[in-house]
Amino acid sequence: MLRVVDFRDVVATLDGWPALAGLSCAVERGEIVHVVGPNGAGKSTFLRACAGLVPVRGGSASVLGVDLVRDRAAARGRVGLLAHANGLYLDLTAREHAAFWARAVGAAAGDADLALAEAGVAGSLADRRVGRMSAGERRRVALAVLLVRRAELWLLDEPHAGLDAASRDALDATLRRARDAGATIVLASHEAERASAVATRTLRIAGGAAA
Amino acid sequence: MQSTGTGTTRGLGLLAIVALAWVVVGGLVATPRDVVQGESVRIMYVHVPTAWVAYLAFVVTAVASAGFLRGRSRSLGFDRVAGASAEVGVLFMGLTLVTGSLWGRLTWGEFWQWDPRLTTTAFLFVTYVGYLAVRGLDGAPEQRARRAAVVALLAVLEIPLVHFSVVLWRSLHQRASVLDPGGDVRMDGLMLFTLFVGVVAFTALYAWLVLHRSRVAALAELAGRGELARAVAARRAEAGA
Amino acid sequence: MSGRATGRAGLVRAVASRDLRAEARGRVVTNQIVPFAGLVMVTFAFALDREDVLSRAAGGLLWLATTFSLFVLVQRAFALETADRALDALRVAGVDLGRVYLGKSIALMVQLFALECVLVPVAVVLYRVRLDAPGAVLLVTCMVSATAGLAFVGTLYGGLTVGGAGRETLLPLLVLPVVAPVLIAATRATESALRSGGAAVSEGWAWVGLLAVFAAAFGIAGTLAFGPLVDE
Repeated sequence: MLRVVDFRDVVATLDGWPALAGLSCAVERGEIVHVVGPNGAGKSTFLRACAGLVPVRGGSASVLGVDLVRDRAAARGRVGLLAHANGLYLDLTAREHAAFWARAVGAAAGDADLALAEAGVAGSLADRRVGRMSAGERRRVALAVLLVRRAELWLLDEPHAGLDAASRDALDATLRRARDAGATIVLASHEAERASAVATRTLRIAGGAAA
Repeated sequence: MQSTGTGTTRGLGLLAIVALAWVVVGGLVATPRDVVQGESVRIMYVHVPTAWVAYLAFVVTAVASAGFLRGRSRSLGFDRVAGASAEVGVLFMGLTLVTGSLWGRLTWGEFWQWDPRLTTTAFLFVTYVGYLAVRGLDGAPEQRARRAAVVALLAVLEIPLVHFSVVLWRSLHQRASVLDPGGDVRMDGLMLFTLFVGVVAFTALYAWLVLHRSRVAALAELAGRGELARAVAARRAEAGA
Repeated sequence: MSGRATGRAGLVRAVASRDLRAEARGRVVTNQIVPFAGLVMVTFAFALDREDVLSRAAGGLLWLATTFSLFVLVQRAFALETADRALDALRVAGVDLGRVYLGKSIALMVQLFALECVLVPVAVVLYRVRLDAPGAVLLVTCMVSATAGLAFVGTLYGGLTVGGAGRETLLPLLVLPVVAPVLIAATRATESALRSGGAAVSEGWAWVGLLAVFAAAFGIAGTLAFGPLVDE
């Protein structure tokens, strides 16, 4: 069974500085891994490296069977990254976002509505402009986009940040449903209890390597 | 301490010095003055070679950029040559514009003519200033190299279009007189020879500069890699790993 | 996993309609950029002062105002992408950036053309020029092909100069040399159409030909170059 993420002694740099300094870890399909570590440990860089956005300067790294050292753009499309920003257009509605992404990836139009429902974007919320939504609601729209894209690997950077309790519960429920549907999830979060409630495993990172 | 000089650069440097010496002697003293233009024709011995080198540098940057993009391994060597050639090229383009401008002033009384060659050279100059600015943007080395290479190839598309438009534009203005100060110069053997030596001199100078500049860039990259290994070790030590 | 089975035009249309819809809602072009362009046209009159100079230069001034507005429009088009890092999301998703480029260019073309439709009457009124039927046909064709060229170049370099310290100011420096042929050709064609330079209408069509070639060249080059230029 091919590992979803397989990093061995990976060195990755941000503007010359080694944010990842020899990180080794593995993630199997269907896991929900909670990445924890102090500020500056390299959690965000690890997620971005899995998304193929950061060049790998040392070691070997593969995501979904794709060798990141050779071609880090090849796994894109199967991977979804949700960081501090949501990647949305403030003047469009949730429904329009889902429809756009459905067209962008060649999914059926009905998938867009399904994804919205699964992410907890229902009723009048679906037709509200993103600019008029709260942080939690925007996060749900971003998750709906990940669902429409049928991403196999979800990379979430501080997904609970800025959300109220109800939104956090909705988020956890969506993550569990996504995992049941076959996705693998890696989330970096400071909120230890919140994350471990939904995670199957914890991965500690410090100083750019597994601690 | 490492030096960027090799046999090749020393040979080129020597050639450049000797040839330049000839151009100075020949250009200023030995060659005759022109029938029409008088002494001002002597600027030609600098202007024509610098124009030639400016365009050569442009071609080299374009070819190196294409080479970078085509190569599977995306070797950064091509990128370094492209950058070095652009830096030297901008210098020579500036010289071409200044000498051409002075020559025009002495010959026709005008610092600037809207003739196609001069205008296109000015555009080339600005385009390359833009290219160097793009090279200076932040990002990972391969990313920066790829961006710069694409911008250089877009310039290859742009410059002929600009030149063609300017040619068409100026043809509307029916200038029967020669727009190029060098157009009516009748050259005798010695003048031609000195001009030729000038081209050789400046080309050698260009090659010398580009070789040194790209080697310096290579050394900088090597130093950066060494630093990376140390930085990785330091980071791990910090974390107590 | 459902693949990129959308028809060729599907993604392009989706991006174009998304951008246009965002504009319809935000109304930045109509409320800010059109007034800006009109103001530029008026300011030219202050700077140039003499009416005979103004009416002879009308073609050039029109396209200058359009080019300046292009910078603002491009910044706006890409501000949409960077506000919430939407372009990053497209990149990470592995979507075909060439088609995103075409979609954004088309949306930009529509907005720029609408702007020009406002500026032409302004020029006719402010600069005292006249327009007859053959001239109008020439002018409209000129506008379409020049706008395409401007939009293709603007979107291409806009992607490069978006989002980052000291990048936005690079846009005019990169774009102006490249669109110089458009400025030259569009101005000559417009002068023919307005009969302001004493040029015949037939000459204007030759310039329009050049505009069409330019637009085609940069449309193709942009589609190929946008991805590598913008990718991380």
